[in-house]
Amino acid sequence: MAEMKRAHVMICRSTACDASNSGDVLRAMQEEIKRRGLDGAIEVVETGCRGLCAKGPVMDIYPGGIFYCHVQAEDVPEIVEETLVKGEVVERLTYEDVATGDAIPIYEDIPFYSKQERRLLRHCGKIDPQSIEEYIAFGGYSALSHALFGMTPDEIIEEVKASGLRGRGGGGFPTGRKWEATRDAHGEIKYVVANGDEGDPGAFMDRSLMEADPHSVLEGMAIGARAVGAKEGFIYVRDEYPLAVRNLTIAIQQARDYGLLGENILNSRFDFDVEIVRGAGAFVCGESSALMQSLEGRVGEPRPKHFHATERGLWDRPTCLNNVKTWANIPLIVAAGADWFASVGTDGSKGTNTFCLVGKTRNPGLIEVPMGITLREIIYDIGGGIPDDRAFKAVQTGGPSGGCIPRDLLDLEVDFDRLTEAGSMMGSGAMVIMDDRTCMVDVARYFLEFLKEESCGKCTPCREGIKSMLAILHRITEGHGEMADLDRLEALGRTVQKTSLCGLGKTAPNPVLSTLRYFHDEYEAHIKDKACPAGVCRALIEYTINPAACTGCGLCMRQCPQEAISGERKEPHVIDQELCIKCGVCHDVCRFDAVRVR
Amino acid sequence: MKKLRSLDELNRLRADLHDQVSLRLDVGTTITVGMGTCGITAGSRQVMQALQEELRAHGVEAEVTAAGCTGLCEREPLVEIHQAGKPTVTYGDITPAKVPQMVEEHLLEDRIIEDWVVRRGETGV
Repeated sequence: MAEMKRAHVMICRSTACDASNSGDVLRAMQEEIKRRGLDGAIEVVETGCRGLCAKGPVMDIYPGGIFYCHVQAEDVPEIVEETLVKGEVVERLTYEDVATGDAIPIYEDIPFYSKQERRLLRHCGKIDPQSIEEYIAFGGYSALSHALFGMTPDEIIEEVKASGLRGRGGGGFPTGRKWEATRDAHGEIKYVVANGDEGDPGAFMDRSLMEADPHSVLEGMAIGARAVGAKEGFIYVRDEYPLAVRNLTIAIQQARDYGLLGENILNSRFDFDVEIVRGAGAFVCGESSALMQSLEGRVGEPRPKHFHATERGLWDRPTCLNNVKTWANIPLIVAAGADWFASVGTDGSKGTNTFCLVGKTRNPGLIEVPMGITLREIIYDIGGGIPDDRAFKAVQTGGPSGGCIPRDLLDLEVDFDRLTEAGSMMGSGAMVIMDDRTCMVDVARYFLEFLKEESCGKCTPCREGIKSMLAILHRITEGHGEMADLDRLEALGRTVQKTSLCGLGKTAPNPVLSTLRYFHDEYEAHIKDKACPAGVCRALIEYTINPAACTGCGLCMRQCPQEAISGERKEPHVIDQELCIKCGVCHDVCRFDAVRVR
Repeated sequence: MKKLRSLDELNRLRADLHDQVSLRLDVGTTITVGMGTCGITAGSRQVMQALQEELRAHGVEAEVTAAGCTGLCEREPLVEIHQAGKPTVTYGDITPAKVPQMVEEHLLEDRIIEDWVVRRGETGV
């Protein structure tokens, strides 16, 4: 029988907290506990991501779930003395409520957390991802057991269909139907594939899941393989996620050691094993057909879909490809049932979904909410609103394939269909929040630049169409646009949407079209007035010093990299527009708010 | 690591491992009994035992743990009940005889026994 420790200290070692030196915190904790002779009583556990990434390095202490933020190695002796020995909360390390300034020591009470429903992310931050024993202790592999011994493959598929699960990669295709098609396809050899490529800038849900709870993906794939009749699975992970690759690799080895992967699993006569394949830096390889090409060792280019991968996919064999999050939902559905899964969500979108809140938000991080929650609740209740109390302008959902949703639609319920109707899409789940200092034309330009780089070049509409749209946007942001350009953008956009070969091209115009739809006046300002209302587009803005507010302190003059500012001490200073490169440093350093941007 | 050859072996392994992580399981209710010297002298061990029996008898899911002296020695045995989303309550002068009422009213009927409350606060360790 394992010895019982009286407290567990969970320290996040996922990529974000690691970048903030949670490794130092971990070592300090291990040393201090040893120094005080407490290692028999306290367990220190390295975990994956808890979600509140902006407050890292984070630490959870059980029992009780006391949560500490921004922990440094120097704080450790105090935490050990006050919390672990005396049972007191160290207030200065707790989460501070944005509105009231109150300390909130218990994780579950933090508004960021209390509106969430963490199903997919249930284990993240609670287990050591490099320990299969902890996964098993938390109930892991019981769903697989049930699927192998208590259900037929048909029953598994029916359960997934009944749950209403739709692909969490963003496409939203009904998972049960995909599995059914794979099962019905002709062929002895079939495959299951997990898409862990996560290319969208700002998205890290898949990364966090793979880092924090790798076994959930393996278990889901095993169940799926059983249902569709596959014996081999592949997880395609982007190479830029080394920790995810490492934790998945360890997980696979441990599962094999325990006989939960491999031949004759648990004596059920079911064989299944998984291999990891790493990506090589191409966004387009997140597209399912390009991914399979890449997996086979070919150039990652998509193909037209007159037949589906479920009929002929990898090496021309029936292949069921799902996002890692979709796979990780499967053990939940098999264990708790389709009804439980469907007990939250909307009619068209059952269950929960994960999102990455990034951009102008007080609480950037990883969240999971029931489908049907409004954007307002996500942005204000969970996200804590906009920093500096600035005005909310738009939220970009769905990554570079998505669109921007304006303030009037803040009460939109988040689900696959509603987001698509509004001109955006669910996509991967990244939510970029923008305030009044964001230029929507610049946003469209930014995403198009990204897509231009990532376009594989195979089909003309995408390859040439994106470039043309980008050229027009450059003209507009540099002050050379004309009104006819807006019609050209629309026409080009619609053409690229309709005629591109794959999802990358088909959705590339979305940022442009959605910003044109909701922020038409901003485009007009750039064209007619040659002005950028948000103060972003360099060619259209001007930095000037307000002589009434300037005290002549000379700080901006000393900081200007171009030596473009001149003036006598205590006299108002002046910026030479010829030399000014619009870097904004003078604006940032001025203590008297004397630098204006127009 | 030994290869698991049957469903039974997996289930047995899971049961064995349960204690290793039970501290983190989110059952929603954590009950902490004061087990410092003051608590033990006042009879906390008997209270702890009675509590565990009562919880088992009613099938109530709760994490029961011990804490050291929290300072209110004269009111020991102290029993702190923390439930997610509710204010934490500490009852004082608890005896084995009072345990059934505490479980029934506070946990099952969701009613705080005001006369017994000595502290409201929020630590769970």
